[in-house]
Amino acid sequence: MKTPLLEIKDLWVKLPDEETSILQGFNLTINEGETHALMGPNGSGKSTLAKILAGHPGYEVTSGEILFKGEEILEMEPDERARMGFFLAFQYPMEVPGVTIANFLRLAYQRRFNTEVKFLQFHGILMKHLKALEMEPTFANRSLNEGFSGGEKKRLEIVQMSVLQPQMAVLDETDSGLDIDALKIVSKGVNAMRSPERSFLVITHYQRILNYVEPDVVHVMMDGRIVKTGDRSLSVELEQKGYEWVRGELVGV
Amino acid sequence: MAQPQTLDFGQDYQAKYGFYDTIEPVFQTEKGLTRRVVEEISYQKDEPKWMRDFRLQAYEIFLSKPMPSWGPDLSTLSFEDIIYYLKPMDKQGRSWDEVPDEIKNTFDRLGIPEWERKFLAGVGAQYDSEVVYHNLQEQWSSQGVIFVDTDTAVREYPELVQEYFGTIIPPDDNKFAALNSAVWSGGSFVYVPAGVNVDIPLQAYFRINAKNAGQFERTLIIVEEGAFMHYVEGCTAPIYTTDALHSAVVEIIVKKGGRARYTTIQNWSHDVYNLVTKRAVAYQDAVMEWIDGNIGSKVTMKYPSIYLMEPGARGEVVSVAFASDGQHQDTGGKVVHVAPNTSSRITSKSISKGTGRATYRGLVKVYEGAENSRCNVECDALLLDENAKTDTYPYIEIEEKDVTIGHEARVSKVSDEQMFYLQSRGLKKDEALTLIISGFIEPLAKELPMEYAVELNRLIELEMEGSVG
Repeated sequence: MKTPLLEIKDLWVKLPDEETSILQGFNLTINEGETHALMGPNGSGKSTLAKILAGHPGYEVTSGEILFKGEEILEMEPDERARMGFFLAFQYPMEVPGVTIANFLRLAYQRRFNTEVKFLQFHGILMKHLKALEMEPTFANRSLNEGFSGGEKKRLEIVQMSVLQPQMAVLDETDSGLDIDALKIVSKGVNAMRSPERSFLVITHYQRILNYVEPDVVHVMMDGRIVKTGDRSLSVELEQKGYEWVRGELVGV
Repeated sequence: MAQPQTLDFGQDYQAKYGFYDTIEPVFQTEKGLTRRVVEEISYQKDEPKWMRDFRLQAYEIFLSKPMPSWGPDLSTLSFEDIIYYLKPMDKQGRSWDEVPDEIKNTFDRLGIPEWERKFLAGVGAQYDSEVVYHNLQEQWSSQGVIFVDTDTAVREYPELVQEYFGTIIPPDDNKFAALNSAVWSGGSFVYVPAGVNVDIPLQAYFRINAKNAGQFERTLIIVEEGAFMHYVEGCTAPIYTTDALHSAVVEIIVKKGGRARYTTIQNWSHDVYNLVTKRAVAYQDAVMEWIDGNIGSKVTMKYPSIYLMEPGARGEVVSVAFASDGQHQDTGGKVVHVAPNTSSRITSKSISKGTGRATYRGLVKVYEGAENSRCNVECDALLLDENAKTDTYPYIEIEEKDVTIGHEARVSKVSDEQMFYLQSRGLKKDEALTLIISGFIEPLAKELPMEYAVELNRLIELEMEGSVG
């Protein structure tokens, strides 16, 4: 019997000062251990969904609900969600000057697992995960994302994910801006974490990453909702035919 | 005794710093400043005539000088309501055992004895207006290093003191320098002979511990040719309802090839006027560094300055100010290039929170003939709230063509996206904000001895407590 981990029900979301909704009755259920891919053209609402799930304060949820581990999380702060085991790998990770990765992640680790961890002990944990993502140990003492290349930022997101061991991770276009070698490294990092309890939502424009992180389910999103759901072959078909094909199909219906 | 004001720094702060002990001064002057008070101070200290004359002349200058017409609002500062001199005990403690228990208790709560054991080689701790405890390691004495309170120096090293005292900051420099010159008490006197490297920081911890007590310490540091020393000064103060005044003068002379660093972390309670004059002169190839952190006080006016007198001299000012509700931090730095091939750098970082206001006020002056001088000024302001204010007054006076001057100023706000990013990793709102701030002031923190860096972060955490919803 499959246990739902994340349930999004008829979610309507807009910006506070605008009329038009970005998410228009979005529905999605992800069970434990499943990896879903969410594809769609620019402006279809994929990144908004990712931010809403993580608790971004800049949007207005007009109706619907989000259940994580059976609990309604819409009213929760981003940090509460993180401590429950939710993780978002950002499309554009923020730079925080003067804050070292080691200090920041140690604090995050302590909050996530509600425990104290000694500096040296944490250093060991961090080193292991940096190495897995083929990042130099010196990154530990660099300022968070400051002066990083696009690829380094994306890899660090996966390092953070590995350290924080979430139960549900959303990867928001983690593949964009990565060359093929970096994509393989990142995919390896993600695959290493796949388990029967842990679920992923991989948001992407391209099916390229899905060659490495193979999804159980593929969804196509347009105009704020999922319009088509299929298996792995759907992403391949999309790649060949383009999003207009889906739109054409919808009109046909 | 008045009830302590309830201020917004959290209970922990009150417990750690917001207390005062029941030490009865053995002597104190009447409130307010008169010629008689100045004479009384000098009499109590049994000073030589030259110092008494110096004080009295300074008193006349103080009377004749107007209040500064620029800068922060000082209109509620009342010179009549201040006690200018307190003497807490008859003699100075030479060893820890001789320090009275009540004073020890204060120091215990400030963590000083522990620091001393772990980090300090010498402690000059100022309690009220008198140094009660002073300790200088044997090895330094044998190297000829002098580290005593300035009152002692006047008695024991009169020639050295008389040679340099008031030469860098004369009483007529400004009204508060005149005031300090008239009523000064305590402070440190440091003399490092040529070629001596004092590798462990000299530390002093100042505190105001009596209602309406002024604090007018006077510090004089002489670093001879090729010598090095680092002086560290930390300040905390209890919380009082009426306005107190702290007006110090610090003079530093760094001779050829010498190097001096003066570090301050100041955390006066939010009712103190902190009006300090700090100035150093650096001779050939000498290096002078001011590291200055201002967290507390009601109003701070402080612009550590460096005169680069001879070729090859270098100067650096790092200034960090944290202005929270009702505070005005008017800080910055001054560098004056008198000779060729001199270089300097001013880095200023300010944080304004609530209704706090942080002002950067700086001067870069290059005299004609100071060719090939270089100066770089960088000021960053971080605003935490809509009502928080920051402003910048960078004065630049250049009389020489062959110079390189850089100036950069930035104002930033903590972005919602940064907060969201950190929170999405499990950090609470106030933790995320504190982390962003600690990153912002990292350029200062990394220059501090470790225990001071930890203390600074802790103070900022306390300032931030309960400030976000």
